[in-house]
Amino acid sequence: MLGYTITQWVFGILSFLAIMFALMVVFSRNPVNSVLYLVLTFFCIAGHYLVLNAQFLAVVHIAVYAGAIMVLFLFVIMLMNLNQDTEPQKTTISKIIAGVIGGMLLLVLVGVLKGTEQIQLSQYGHSEIGLVKNLGNVLFKEFLFPFEIVSVLLLAALVGAIMIGKKEIK
Amino acid sequence: MINGISINMYLMLSTVIFIIGAIGVMARRNTIIIFMCIELMLNAVNLLLVAFSTLHNDGSGQVFVFFVMAVAAAEVAVGLAILSMIYRNVKSIDTDILGNLKN
Repeated sequence: MLGYTITQWVFGILSFLAIMFALMVVFSRNPVNSVLYLVLTFFCIAGHYLVLNAQFLAVVHIAVYAGAIMVLFLFVIMLMNLNQDTEPQKTTISKIIAGVIGGMLLLVLVGVLKGTEQIQLSQYGHSEIGLVKNLGNVLFKEFLFPFEIVSVLLLAALVGAIMIGKKEIK
Repeated sequence: MINGISINMYLMLSTVIFIIGAIGVMARRNTIIIFMCIELMLNAVNLLLVAFSTLHNDGSGQVFVFFVMAVAAAEVAVGLAILSMIYRNVKSIDTDILGNLKN
């Protein structure tokens, strides 16, 4: 098809959609719409993980981000009753400044990364690395101590969120 | 499954998504949208970690993405708890109103 392989088509479509939805997250007026566009962005990124042979990570990404974190965002937004009318807007001049700063950052990064060596992923691609068995081997052999630390971090976040979110702290 | 995709494409895609997130942090005043843009930036980095993990055929990059996800979840839980408490006291989550820590 037009000289491109099917994987290149998938990559191009997923990238286009991811960038479009990411732009919609930033530019949509209604916070609820922003959350929904962010969920769509996460689905596109999960598709990229599938292209990269990281199957287990794609599933975890959808479960954690689209399933848990975004539902939390939606709950908070709906509890606060935010909508288009209450949405604060920055002045035009500061929006332009933000755009110019972002554009300059983009220019610098693209300029730096443009000259890097073109390494094809296919010559290294290996379908086994993203499976649960191999990831579990790496996680529980090389990264056992960080894994335990993460459990402590999550416990601390749990306790902290409950303490902060309580109605009255006596 | 990977044919004809070079690592540069993923570098460019991650750069673009990261910068969209950075522009969102600078251009918006709603604190929840700023949180979401931070998530977007974290995801750009995650995508690049997975791409390099595939390139080097090494699982460590993907395991690192797990840790980034755990830290992001903890950050969002505590951050949204703080935000809802601020909203209860100040009745706003506008960063310009929250600029002074006096109230």
